[in-house]
Amino acid sequence: MLSRVADAIYWMSRYLERAENIARFLDVNWHLTLDTPGGRGEQWMPLVSAMGDYDLFAARGLPGNRETIIRFLAFDPEYPNSIASCLARARDNARTIREIIPTEMWEQINTFYHLVREAAKGCDAVLNNPYHFCDEVKRRDLTISGIAGDAMSHDEAWDFFRLGRLLERADKTSRILDVKYFILLPHPTDVGSNLDYVQWAALLKAISALEAYRRRHGRIQPERIVEFLLLDHDFPRSVLWSLIRAQQCLHAITGTPMGYFANPAEKRIGQLCGDLAYMSVEDVVAKGLHEFTDNLQTRMNRVDEAVFATFFSTFPAIDGASQQ
Amino acid sequence: MPPKMDFDSYDVGPFFDEMFTPDGKPRPGCRMLHDKIASLPPGEILARQAAAEQAFYDMGITFTVYGHEEGTEKIFPFDIIPRIIEAAEWDALERGLIQRIRALNLFIDDVYHKGRIMADGVVPRAVVESSSGYFKECQGLNPPHGVWCHITGSDLIRDEAGRFMVLEDNLRCPSGVSYVLANRRILKRAFPQVFEAIDIRPVDDYAPLLLDMLHAIAPQATNRPTAALLTPGVYNSAYFEHTFLAQQAGIELVEGRDLVVADGYVHMRTTKGLKRVDVLYRRVGEDFLDPQVFRPDSLLGVPGIMEVYKAGRVAMANAPGTGVADDKVVYAYVPRMIRYYLGEEPLIDNVETFLCWEDKARKHVLANLDTMVVKAAAESGGYGMLVGPAATPEEREAFAAKIEADPRNYIAQPTVSLSRAPVIVDDHFEGRHVDLRPYILYGDDIRVIPGGLTRVALRRGSLVVNSSQGGGSKDTWVLGPGASARS
Repeated sequence: MLSRVADAIYWMSRYLERAENIARFLDVNWHLTLDTPGGRGEQWMPLVSAMGDYDLFAARGLPGNRETIIRFLAFDPEYPNSIASCLARARDNARTIREIIPTEMWEQINTFYHLVREAAKGCDAVLNNPYHFCDEVKRRDLTISGIAGDAMSHDEAWDFFRLGRLLERADKTSRILDVKYFILLPHPTDVGSNLDYVQWAALLKAISALEAYRRRHGRIQPERIVEFLLLDHDFPRSVLWSLIRAQQCLHAITGTPMGYFANPAEKRIGQLCGDLAYMSVEDVVAKGLHEFTDNLQTRMNRVDEAVFATFFSTFPAIDGASQQ
Repeated sequence: MPPKMDFDSYDVGPFFDEMFTPDGKPRPGCRMLHDKIASLPPGEILARQAAAEQAFYDMGITFTVYGHEEGTEKIFPFDIIPRIIEAAEWDALERGLIQRIRALNLFIDDVYHKGRIMADGVVPRAVVESSSGYFKECQGLNPPHGVWCHITGSDLIRDEAGRFMVLEDNLRCPSGVSYVLANRRILKRAFPQVFEAIDIRPVDDYAPLLLDMLHAIAPQATNRPTAALLTPGVYNSAYFEHTFLAQQAGIELVEGRDLVVADGYVHMRTTKGLKRVDVLYRRVGEDFLDPQVFRPDSLLGVPGIMEVYKAGRVAMANAPGTGVADDKVVYAYVPRMIRYYLGEEPLIDNVETFLCWEDKARKHVLANLDTMVVKAAAESGGYGMLVGPAATPEEREAFAAKIEADPRNYIAQPTVSLSRAPVIVDDHFEGRHVDLRPYILYGDDIRVIPGGLTRVALRRGSLVVNSSQGGGSKDTWVLGPGASARS
């Protein structure tokens, strides 16, 4: 497969996953506000921090309330990680690989893009009640995933599609965990006290994990939640699950047997998966959750850099160096 | 109450109408469609037209409008009422096109070898060598099977009497075939029952035929050739077509920066290293193809590719140099080429053409500018032309000066009243002028895709069908043998 094409499909997929995750974050925060009347639960700034873009928002000089932050995260055309920007960039990438992806996928991405553009024009409705918009964004992206799984050959293009998506998901799951944990329990020694059931349930709901968590662990306990989101072997949004699948995609692309590495991307992701796989949640807590996720994100970024260097670097698509 | 749309008040006018005879009756092949449309409930035609436009929008077959709100996109205008060509009519056209392409190909091959036709004084050497598509770098090249023009789109028009004539031959990178395929898809959604009821020749095998042609011209030592479509990139106005054709034919879509010449072959840069390319369907003009041979400032091409081509290690469609025959002055000589190479009379005529570099012709043209269409020899897309009857005296004067300054660059033709076909205008039908661009593939043999792109001049009275000048398109139905008898 052309390097340029691989780059485009990887980033197309990452941007779509990113858009979906932002919609999930917005949706859950909105529901939190409904559960805690009087504005006590109206914590919107943490969402911006979860994206790692506090500085970008602060530079706008706006108060951090529901309206400004939904507008920022969903529609701001100048903010590169807004849902609108993600869709525009996903579509730009998709446009250059229309011959690779199924027609149905292109049409979904295209109509999805137009949907978000239209929503941005009448965004007051979304600011008042983001539920329908967020739900639609989630559904659209799930449809695209479904098309990828069932209408695309599971060949190299599919592996790059999955790779981008899984790395993005692992990153976002770790970020949402980090931020919520940071708000709720600023000190690692506080684990096990001051549970705020509503907040934790909301966190799980944000990544469609509440029901799966209940079946696995029953009661809401912070340590078990951390374990579930970071280390669960079955839940498809947990960090370890996503990274192991991403590793399998990498090896499918290169043909290197699992357990070995032939390039820096395989080496880094293999080390990361190995470390996580042989770690217990007690180790994570002992280390400090924030320090742990911080380190995790750094290492995931280094995997992404290695993917770029190994497969795309001769030919970045659409000024690929700027995709991130 | 939405309007009831029928043809009761449709005015055929003093033109040849594709759907109606001069006394307003539907032509035999159009009767079924005519009755279907007349039987639809009020509002239905407009609803189907709107659904078709939405489908184009959702498929992303759009262009970006600049100067408006950022990123506003529009579809290319499309009219859902198809243009119908009857079986016998088409069969005659097909024979004529095959004859024409055969002669044009022999001409190109001759030009780049012995130049017999020039030595024999049939086509002036000066005309050939001043054609902007003539590249002396291609002298002596031998493309596989001696075929140069693998993909051609010749524009046909019909005069008041309904006679088909060739208006020009597009041998460089004729575009539009993706719209033939897309229009057909959309029409099947709009009129499924009509497709069931009458025998309409399919166009869907264009992509497999394209692939067969590309494989047929691959270097002979290649077992399973790798073909790719070379595009200038995402900002090219035909980019949708490039992705569409690559997808439909199952070949790679590559840009110049994806290709590299190494070890005497052309390769793609892939995630697993270099991979050899055997055939390129190039949608990049010769000028930009190889900065070592042609324009040195080109960033779209592949340095060194012409060396590989000359060594027979990569094939290209169309062969570099083919554009020599895509010149409006050379066009005027095609009937003579047919007689010279094939010893046959042309089955489809040219439009009468005056060559301004001939003194007598130029005087005639300048004296009759108000009735003629004048075109720049190397331009396309409806640019650089004067439609005499529609022009102001000042415009005609300005054009006369251009002709005097550079006579070689201009030809003139009498204004032909192109045939018309009904199109939806607001809530009723009106006649608009149309032309027809069939697509012809030449690999092992010559194949003509049934029908082609019917282009419509959407502005009332306009004769210019180019999409860059406000033109739209229609689906073109060629009826199968016996179809009109059954309907």
